[in-house]
Amino acid sequence: MTEPTIIGLLISALFTENFVLVKFLGCCPFLGVSKKIDTAIGMGMAVTFVMAIASMFTYLANEFLLIPLNLEYLQTILFILIIAALVQFVEMVIKKTMPALYSSLGIYLPLITTNCAVLGVALLNVQNSYNLLFSILYGTFAALGFTLAIVLFAGIREQINEKDVPESFHGFPIALITAGLMAIAFMGFSGFSI
Amino acid sequence: MNDILSAILVVGIVGLAFGVLLAVAAVIFKVEVDERIEKIEEVLPGANCGACGFAGCSAYAAAVVEDGAPVNACGVGGSNVAQQIGGIMGMAVAAGKVMVARVHCQGTCENAKDKYEYYGVETCEAAIKLAGGQKACNTGCLGFGSCVSACKFDAISVVDGVAVVDEEKCTACGACVKACPKAIIELLPKDNKTFVKCASHKTGKEVNAVCKAGCIACKICEKNCEFEAISVIDNLAVVDYDKCTACGVCVEKCPKKVIG
Repeated sequence: MTEPTIIGLLISALFTENFVLVKFLGCCPFLGVSKKIDTAIGMGMAVTFVMAIASMFTYLANEFLLIPLNLEYLQTILFILIIAALVQFVEMVIKKTMPALYSSLGIYLPLITTNCAVLGVALLNVQNSYNLLFSILYGTFAALGFTLAIVLFAGIREQINEKDVPESFHGFPIALITAGLMAIAFMGFSGFSI
Repeated sequence: MNDILSAILVVGIVGLAFGVLLAVAAVIFKVEVDERIEKIEEVLPGANCGACGFAGCSAYAAAVVEDGAPVNACGVGGSNVAQQIGGIMGMAVAAGKVMVARVHCQGTCENAKDKYEYYGVETCEAAIKLAGGQKACNTGCLGFGSCVSACKFDAISVVDGVAVVDEEKCTACGACVKACPKAIIELLPKDNKTFVKCASHKTGKEVNAVCKAGCIACKICEKNCEFEAISVIDNLAVVDYDKCTACGVCVEKCPKKVIG
């Protein structure tokens, strides 16, 4: 595998390997908090924040704890531990220091603990053997890809709300169809190799 | 053996470290929460019925303290709770009227005729889709108990084909009022027992044809009421609770015993 460039990483994380629509990671918040564009943006920002930090800490834990001790098979369990603790910690810090940000992110922060996209990015970093810088960048870019997908999706759902949808498709059914069509659209990017 | 030990140690120590870190952080970054919120939460019934318009009891408590939501919004707790919340917030509270849900129908299996036999999903919503339900009267209680399943306080039951409210248990949360697809349940003052047990706007003849216990718009109640508190509007007796003194004359005079 050739050494990736930052631009290449950005484009692949945003489009060709979009976390939600191509890799199918983080589907729960994608469907759960995409009713309004505002909340979708809030969720996207919170995920970006957590994924960048989580990428850094999981990289450090892997590099300086697991590899020297030959315990790579503990990655999943240790990463979950780190992410959960990190999200809790970040939540407390934000609550104390930035109440305005806390009330706008609100419930989304604790929800991210169970977002598999965060664990996914941590494991992918290891799999692709990225260095510290690239791990953090990949975490950030992947989360931006998540944000892009969820904001677009929320926009479409807001529009659909105004439209005359057959009664049996109201709510989740039409949302799932929308998500499927969006995923197909994003498959179109997969022809580009970067 | 060493591998297992080091694995246990790594996960154990990392877990412990995070635990300690979070415990310390919880102390350092403690945010003072207004203690009135907790107090109000304790006073509230905790049913989380949402009748106040907020997401639940704790959301309502926070709204009272932070956004100045009215202290008497909790219909379930009634005036007692409103007084206590008022006490916590340091406000005087005007006692609200205690309400109770009442069903405007007494078309039991014996009283009311059916227009067909219904075999299907046993909910009022399902039955009403088939020509407005099986009762010949189109404002009659269908008796499948959509209100019963909506009630969180076990205060409503279907007796002999008609929903009956247990006024002791009823908290006037309004869940049954919303659930009834016939819209024949209403919140009325608890202390005034006078209410019309019929919701049909049909003429007396039409009502008689389908139900033995419906309001036939004879106007006897209207003529006998000293306070002009009951009047027949659009073929149905309606009580004006601002004027009604619960004297009971209309209850006594009603030939169909629809007022009770």
